Amino acid sequence: MQDVILKVDGITKTFPGVKALDNVSFDIRPGEVHALVGENGAGKSTLMKVLAGLHQPDGGEIVYLGEPTNVSNPLDARQKGILLIHQELSLSPELSVAENIYLGAWPTNRFGVLRKKELRRNASAALEALGCGFGPDVRVGTLSVAMQQMVEIARAEAFRANVVIFDEPTASLTDAEKEQLFHTIRGLQARGVGIVYISHKMDEIFDITDRITVLRDGQVQGTIDTADTDLNNVTRMMIGRTLDAYFVKAKAEFGAEVLRVENLTKTGLFREVSFSVREGEVLGLYGLVGAGRSEVVETVFGVRRADAGKVYWKGGDIGLPTPRQSIDMGMALVPESRKEQGLVLMMGGRENTSLPHLSMFSELSVMNKSKELAAFEKYRSALSIKTTGPDQAVSQLSGGNQQKFVLAKWLCADPKLIILDEPTRGIDVGSKSAIHELIAHLAEQGLAVVVISSEMPEVLGVSHRVLAMSEGAVVAEFGGAQMTEENLIDAVSHHRGPMVAE
Amino acid sequence: MGQLIKNVLRRHGLLLAFLVFLAVVAVNAEAFLTPGNILDVLRQVSITGMMALGVTFVVLTGRLDLSVGSLLTLLTVIVVDQHNISGPFPAIVMTLLAGAAIGAFNGLLIGFVGLNALIVTLAMLSFLQGLVLFYSGGSNVNVQNAQDTWFAVFGRGSFLGLPVPVLLFLSGAIVAGLVLAFTTFGRRIYAVGGNETASIFSGINAPWTVFWTYVVSGLTTAIAAVIMGSRVMGAQNTIGQGYELTVLAGVILGGTSLLGGSGSIWRTVIGISMLGFIQNGLLLLGYPYYVQWLVTWAVIIIAVWIDLGAKRGRIFA
Ligand SMILES: Nc1ncnc2c1ncn2[C@@H]1O[C@H](COP(=O)(O)OP(=O)(O)OP(=O)(O)O)[C@@H](O)[C@H]1O
Ligand SMILES: [Mg+2]
Repeated sequence: MQDVILKVDGITKTFPGVKALDNVSFDIRPGEVHALVGENGAGKSTLMKVLAGLHQPDGGEIVYLGEPTNVSNPLDARQKGILLIHQELSLSPELSVAENIYLGAWPTNRFGVLRKKELRRNASAALEALGCGFGPDVRVGTLSVAMQQMVEIARAEAFRANVVIFDEPTASLTDAEKEQLFHTIRGLQARGVGIVYISHKMDEIFDITDRITVLRDGQVQGTIDTADTDLNNVTRMMIGRTLDAYFVKAKAEFGAEVLRVENLTKTGLFREVSFSVREGEVLGLYGLVGAGRSEVVETVFGVRRADAGKVYWKGGDIGLPTPRQSIDMGMALVPESRKEQGLVLMMGGRENTSLPHLSMFSELSVMNKSKELAAFEKYRSALSIKTTGPDQAVSQLSGGNQQKFVLAKWLCADPKLIILDEPTRGIDVGSKSAIHELIAHLAEQGLAVVVISSEMPEVLGVSHRVLAMSEGAVVAEFGGAQMTEENLIDAVSHHRGPMVAE
Repeated sequence: MGQLIKNVLRRHGLLLAFLVFLAVVAVNAEAFLTPGNILDVLRQVSITGMMALGVTFVVLTGRLDLSVGSLLTLLTVIVVDQHNISGPFPAIVMTLLAGAAIGAFNGLLIGFVGLNALIVTLAMLSFLQGLVLFYSGGSNVNVQNAQDTWFAVFGRGSFLGLPVPVLLFLSGAIVAGLVLAFTTFGRRIYAVGGNETASIFSGINAPWTVFWTYVVSGLTTAIAAVIMGSRVMGAQNTIGQGYELTVLAGVILGGTSLLGGSGSIWRTVIGISMLGFIQNGLLLLGYPYYVQWLVTWAVIIIAVWIDLGAKRGRIFA
């Protein structure tokens, strides 16, 4: 076997207004896990999309298995043995696991009729090789995110992939699921598959990768052996400076109560949830994916209806408000899923930013464009968002930069309470600490803040108080010295929370 | 270079094809590009165009309005009949109110109850056909004192050398265009069409927004009915038959996406005018009337195809 499976040589890719990749070269060896890191918009996903046939490069060449290769589309890539596991999963929820594994390359007979038996047999073999706990006939829509990811990975077995690319695979996985994924990755590695691993989580990078390539503004800053480097060094290569390892926590000076939730219940989702948060306070909501945290805050905000319970705003009972009423009172919700809930993808940053506050950005119902532009510019520089202009469709931005616009649209109206649901998902290390600082800053200005996070260091680092949720119920509350990782893990894993009433 | 040509073709292919068509017709039919013929086409287009303005609002939210064809029939019958009974002014007011009310009813079922737009408006299409026959008792109506009513001005009058219906259409287009581009209502429409969930998370009342687009659609069809009644000075029971498809074809041809969230009024004006010139050109070239329908069909298919193709490119690239 040659010592390089795939070599990228001088690849350039330009989009209108941005040079996403500028003369990029790097290589993947069999059996290695190769990290690709860089700031939001550095070009990581673009580079991988070129390898997977989703983009055609403007210049440069891909040498695959020793030969210059042209990857014309994703199916072509898969059949050649290059598999991209997307930043956002891309399966067909209505189809079965087996059909999804072979999507677009189903075995058929002469008349174009699907050969079901063969499809099932091959799919089961692939699933077994990975040790998946589900069969080929399950409908994909019923699987958890982690399981869906396994379906995508099963394609690696099914197509005998030589190169597997993971683009931020752990963004919505629990710790246990992450361990399972790493186990799978090590299995692929042992088979001699070359793996590219993109992530903003530095601990993962140091845990699982053998080499690291750093991209910055579309250029390769260098490739180094993971064993020979450290976090500071990689961070400096990525963003040109090092970061403090500790979190800045807002001063614990609290004012009046802003929000109080009492016994909020929704059958099948969560049960008798109560909590309150004061001015200047950061309240953390920790729990595993699926614990019902997002559902609770969505209900408080008004996009979901509760069966029972009360919400008090500044001491007054507000019943169950609509999102409009919540926003007008001064509540903001940065939702969990930026693409589905956060942004209108075909609009630009300007229109997305003003969307929740149209009356603020208009006079007599006529939009005031210069006000919108001012807000856009303010947050573009405050959050260092990479975009070519106020009207560039946010669909064209990198994942992390999209997330920053979701923050911008909620910050621009000076809310009294801001609920942040996984605010740093997919955000690079530099901006991540900028967002942590922002949270502290907001709290010190007197905002009440609720932070949902599955990352324990983050939730412990920014919060004054943490609620642990499990299976739809608040199972513990920790403050001060009790806020430790051990306590949180203990609370959410050992506690068999009261089963949610059916 | 090849890439560039491909891009140009994909983006402006329809426009290029249209220009070629214009040239072919102009060479073969002298009358085609004369001012008189052009004004004729515009006069023709003003009715479908007026309807298409409102339908554009609906389509931008990612929904459809197929009821406008028989709504046009009903309202034309109403305006003519009421003109004879109570005079032009009350007739016009009544027509506008009826149009808005039926639009509101569609909007209620689609926006608030959440029923499928295709089904609701298709059912409305058929219901209104029945209502027309019920109202008119199956006979055609004519404006009785056609010689001396100012009602004639909407369809037949002209002002500064331009036909009044054309002026009505253009001013309607300007108002609609301004509303969509510059007001909060317009912004809400684009947001709901672009991503309904995200709009709801942004505090936008999506059902209410959808509701109003159907009211607008009912109103523009009512204005079109006034023009129609005034031009024909009467109304047959089938006068608006098939208009829903012509209108929709014009909207799509202009490039407003059936999936919602992207498109504009000026696109609709261009699309519906293109369609008018195509139909007129075919007649001048001596093709029988029904060929128009075949061509309209082909145009719809091609335009939808291009729309979806572009979307797909955006999603997967
Ligand atoms: N389809 C597109 N059209 C225009 N510009 C694009 C397109 N796709 C990506 N870009 C631009 O290319 C640059 C690189 O984006 P890319 O998605 O590769 O970043 P990334 O490194 O993956 O970032 P993140 O960590 O935020 O996911 C960005 O400036 C982005 O706006
Ligand atoms: Mg990316």
